[in-house]
Amino acid sequence: MSARFIVGDRVRVRQAYPPGHVRTPYYVRGKEGVVSRMIAEHPNPEERAYGRDGLPPVPVYRVLFRQNDLWQDYQGPEGDTTELDIQEHWLGPLEEDGE
Amino acid sequence: MRRHHDMGGLDAGPVDPAEHDYTPWEKRVDAIVRLLAGKERRLITLDEHRRAMEDLGPGAYDELSYYERWISAITNILIEKGVISVEELGGKMEAVKARWQEARE
Amino acid sequence: MSETHSHDDDWPYPHPQQPDIEDGPLTDLMIMTDAVAELLIDKEVFSADDMRRTLEAIDSKSPAEGARMVAHAWLDPEFKARMLEDVNAAAEEMSIDASTIPILAVENTKDIHNVIVCTLCSCYPKYLLGLPPDWYKSRAYRSRLVREPRAVLKEFGTEIPDDVEVRVHDSTAELRYMILPMRPKGTEDMDEEALAGLVTRDCMIGVTVIDRD
Repeated sequence: MSARFIVGDRVRVRQAYPPGHVRTPYYVRGKEGVVSRMIAEHPNPEERAYGRDGLPPVPVYRVLFRQNDLWQDYQGPEGDTTELDIQEHWLGPLEEDGE
Repeated sequence: MRRHHDMGGLDAGPVDPAEHDYTPWEKRVDAIVRLLAGKERRLITLDEHRRAMEDLGPGAYDELSYYERWISAITNILIEKGVISVEELGGKMEAVKARWQEARE
Repeated sequence: MSETHSHDDDWPYPHPQQPDIEDGPLTDLMIMTDAVAELLIDKEVFSADDMRRTLEAIDSKSPAEGARMVAHAWLDPEFKARMLEDVNAAAEEMSIDASTIPILAVENTKDIHNVIVCTLCSCYPKYLLGLPPDWYKSRAYRSRLVREPRAVLKEFGTEIPDDVEVRVHDSTAELRYMILPMRPKGTEDMDEEALAGLVTRDCMIGVTVIDRD
């Protein structure tokens, strides 16, 4: 799979809110996480939802988020996380000083 | 915009742990979807089915049960794709209803 | 209980359940279901036999096969490694048909407790574990688990210590998830069948842990 990101990359979910069949949930838009696993390439469900073939396939990544980064009022320990599968076009690299 | 099905993180009450046995009707809906989406036919994709359910709109969650949403969505797609026509569905529904009513007498 | 239809013998369609043994009143959507099925059979999209076999397949799936895989994984570390890599292939080794939708198993450890949800719809490893419980598909579970997992787990009677990470898995893409629970203490003398008997559906979802105490 020719992929933009690798395991360990810090990424940010795009802060876009288009209509249509989107499998990137609202609660992670604009949030930062870490790529934890490369899944595979899949035909794009956003296109397949309308009867199109969704090709070329899109790389999908498992991204791990700290709950404290997702929720301002998270009631739980620091270490708690949520992990989900996100398509490449929904992710951007995290720009950081010195990166 | 946030669509109704995208509910992760919203407030909600306690999780009701009650379970019901799936009724024969519900399993028939599941079977229809499996047959249509399965690799032998691929008449619809899972993505189309999900999208059709999302397009039922927010009222669907309040008015329809889980499998009612399923059959509503799948029927809409079948009509969209021209697999069945509204006319023949209407005719068949009348026939089925008459048959069931007969059986109850 | 009413008798079957007089024309039942030559009825080409999967036999609709007698209206008076269906739960609740006959609704338009139930009628529509049968109408759609019959039209699809008329048009030879699938056959009544296909329908019957699919219904049997639905009925044949329960958490038992997942439990067998978990027990086998507990006893065989190499199988466990293969299961964590590819559940569907590992299932085939045990002559279990988990179908083609990929399932990923995540392992509970002393450091991480995993729990699964599908916030966007209700994806579930049903080809291995059978149909999901109502609560898994409910608005409350789908909304709250990602945001307050420990509170939801508590409603199921499960409390995870603060020094153990709670990790929520949201099945947003193709993959379905299942939990490989930790083998409870005090089970060293149990054989695979007995171990499988300990593994419940709820612990493979992650809302409970197996507690031998």
